[in-house]
Amino acid sequence: METVNIIGAGLAGLSAAHTFAKNKIRSRLISLQPSERAQSVMAEGGINAALNTMGEGDSTFEHFEDTMRGGAFLADPKAAEVLTEHAPEIVTELFKMGTPFAMKGDSIIQRNFGGQKKKRTAFAKSSTGKVIMTALIDEVRKYEAEGYVERLDHHEALEPVLADDMCIGVYVRDTFAGEAVFCRGPVITACGGLNGLFEGMTTGSSANSGDFTAACFALGVNAANLEMIQYHPTTVVVPGKRMLVSEAARCEGGRLFIKRKGDPWFFMDELYPDMGNLAPRDVISKTMTEVVAADDTGDQVYLDLTELPRGTWNKKLSDMRDEIKEYLGIDPAKEPVPVTPGIHFFMGGILVDKDHRTSVKGLYAAGECACQYHGANRLGGNSMLAAVYGGKVAADSLIRDAVYYKEVSECQAVPEAPEIRCGFSRELSEILGQGMGIVRSGEGLERALKHIDELKDECNIREKRRLYLAEAMLLSALKREETRGAQVRSDFPAKDDARFKKTTVAVFRNGKTEIDFKEIGQI
Amino acid sequence: MKISVLRKKIGEKGRWQIFEYEPKEPGETVASALNNINRTNPGERIIWDCGCLQKKCGACAMVINDRPTLACAVKLADIKGGLRLEALRKFPIIEDLMVDRTVLRENLLNAREWLEEEAVMNEKKQELLYEASRCLQCGCCLEVCPQFMPGDKFFGTAAAVPMIRLINCSKGDEKKRLRKEYYRHVYSGCGKSLSCRNICPAGIDVDRLLVSR
Repeated sequence: METVNIIGAGLAGLSAAHTFAKNKIRSRLISLQPSERAQSVMAEGGINAALNTMGEGDSTFEHFEDTMRGGAFLADPKAAEVLTEHAPEIVTELFKMGTPFAMKGDSIIQRNFGGQKKKRTAFAKSSTGKVIMTALIDEVRKYEAEGYVERLDHHEALEPVLADDMCIGVYVRDTFAGEAVFCRGPVITACGGLNGLFEGMTTGSSANSGDFTAACFALGVNAANLEMIQYHPTTVVVPGKRMLVSEAARCEGGRLFIKRKGDPWFFMDELYPDMGNLAPRDVISKTMTEVVAADDTGDQVYLDLTELPRGTWNKKLSDMRDEIKEYLGIDPAKEPVPVTPGIHFFMGGILVDKDHRTSVKGLYAAGECACQYHGANRLGGNSMLAAVYGGKVAADSLIRDAVYYKEVSECQAVPEAPEIRCGFSRELSEILGQGMGIVRSGEGLERALKHIDELKDECNIREKRRLYLAEAMLLSALKREETRGAQVRSDFPAKDDARFKKTTVAVFRNGKTEIDFKEIGQI
Repeated sequence: MKISVLRKKIGEKGRWQIFEYEPKEPGETVASALNNINRTNPGERIIWDCGCLQKKCGACAMVINDRPTLACAVKLADIKGGLRLEALRKFPIIEDLMVDRTVLRENLLNAREWLEEEAVMNEKKQELLYEASRCLQCGCCLEVCPQFMPGDKFFGTAAAVPMIRLINCSKGDEKKRLRKEYYRHVYSGCGKSLSCRNICPAGIDVDRLLVSR
C-alpha cells in the first residue's frame, strides 16, 4: 500500500499513524509543529468512557444516549453508537500505554462531567490531554524507529491534490527551508479546528488556522454543520486569546452566579434543578447570555469555587488554580472568577460518513476538523475520545478501501502559499464574531455576509479560501431557521425537527457555496 | 517600553532591532507583545514559534533577558527596564527567534524511549507519572545546561523526564533496558550543576523526578 499522508500530529493524527503502523502500513505525519505543541495537549477535563468504575451501573448505552441528547439529536446515531461502545477499549488502551489517569488502587477513577449524570470521565487533574499525548507520542515513537511513521514536523500542508475526483496526495511546504513538495498517496486530514477564522477569540491553539480545511472546501470537499460552534461557558480573556477554565471546576462543585439586587443568584441551580451547573455547554452559555441581559442583574457572571475543599484543590485542580492565579491574578479558592462564554470547539467541519470518508475518494478526515459524533453540541470529555477513535476508524477504513492509484504524472506546479495579512485576519474575525455569536439573527447574518463580500477584492488565494469557508459558515447559520444546540436564532427560537433534524451540507461549486439539508448519516 | 530583538538568519551574526512598545492591555506577555508588533509592522515580521499562548505547548521558548523561558510566561509588567529577546542558542537557528529543536525528538528516538510491554500502573505511582508526563519539550533546561550539546550522547533533562515516566511504569527486563539508557544518556553525563533546577516553565519538580528513577 502507498504511504499514507496524515495532516496533523495531535491525538487524531497520532491515533491514525498508530493504527497504520500496527497494520504494517507506512504513514507520513505532517505537522506544522511537533506533537508536543498540538492543540490536544491543551485538553483539560478528561475523556469519557462507560468503564463503570464508580459503582453507578454506567453503560455504553447511557453514554450513547447522553451524547445524542447533548448534541440535540443532530449527531449520526450510528457513529455515536460505535464511538461510545468502543470508548472503554480506547481509554483502557491509553491506560496501558502508561497514561496516568487518576486512580484508586489499581483502577481508574472517574469524575462527573457536563450533560452526563454518571461519573464517566477519566482524568488527570485538568491536564488530561497533555498526559494522554505524552503516552501516545512515546507509543508512536516505537513505530518511528521501525520506519512505519515518518515525521515531517515543521511542514505545512497546503492543499490536497485532486485528480479525476480523487485525492492523490497533498502539497506540503517545509516552513524551515521554504520549499514545497508533492507527497503522493491517500490523505487523512486531522488538522484541527477553525481557530484562524476567529483570531484571538478562541481557547485553542493559534497554530490551528483552519487553512487546510478551507483549502479542501474551496477545492470541492463538502463541509457540514459549520454553524455549530461551541461557546464554552467558562472562559476568561487574557491578552491575545481566550483561556479556558475547565468544566472540571464545576464538576468538582463550582457554581455560576450573577449579582441580582446586590445578592449572588446561582441561576443554574435555580433554573435547571436537574443538571444545574453541569448542564450541557450550549444550555449554560445561552442561559448566561439571558441572565446578563435581564434588567435586575449585573453584567458579569462569576464562577464560584470558594467552597471547594482543600483536598479537591490539591488533588484534582492544582494546575487550574496555578493557571488562574498566573494569568488573572486571582486565587480562585479565595474569590470568584469572572467568566464569559468563549469559542472552544467546532462541531462542524469536513463532512464525513461514519467511517470518516469525505465526499472525495482517497481523502479522510478525523478529529476536530471533521464533522462527526457531536451533533449540535459536544459533551465535555467526548472530544479526545472522538479524536483517538476517529483517527483509528479513518485509518481502518482507508486500509479497507484499499484506494487504488493509477500512475500519477509527476506533480503539477506547486501552488503559491501567501501569508494571511494581519489586517485581513482581524477584519474577518470581527465580522464572524459578530455574525456567529451565541445568539444569531437573520439580519445579523445577512449583514456579515455583505461585509464578507466587500472583503473579497484584493485577497490572496489563502485569504480567499478563508472567506469561502466563512461565507459557508454564515450561510449555514442563516439557512438553519431554528434553534438547536449551539445554533440559537433570535428570530427562530424553536426547534424544527421536520425541516432541520438534518445535516447542513455546504458545497462549493463554480465559485459559489450551496447549502443543502441532508438526512443525517448521508454524505 | 524598549523591546530589543536579535534578528538573525542562518549563517548570520544577527543584528539587534529595537522596538518602542506600548502595552495595549493589562496582563500582556512577551508573546502578546510580539504578536502586536508583527501586526503593526507586517513588512518585517519577527519570526517566532507561537502556539497555545498559555504555557501548555512550549512552542515560544526563547531567551528573554538572558534567561530561557516561554514568551507567554513573561509578563511585561514584571519587567524592569527593557526586554532583550534572542533565540535559544543551543539549537540551530532558523530565523530570528525560531530554532530547530528536532534533536529533542531524535534523542528520545535514539534512546529507544517507548514501552514494548503493558505499563504497570497503580495509585501510588500516579502522581509521579503525572509529573513526568508534563514535559513540554521546549528545550529551556538544555539551554542552561553546561553539559548539553546537540549531537552529544548526553541528552539532558528534556530526555530525563520522559525517561523517568517510562522507567516508572515498566518492569523486569524492560525496566532494565530503560534504566541503562538513562544511565548512558543522562546520569553518566550529568555534571550535577543543578542549573536545570527552577528553569522549567512548566514548573516540573526536576529534583523529585531525578531521585525516582
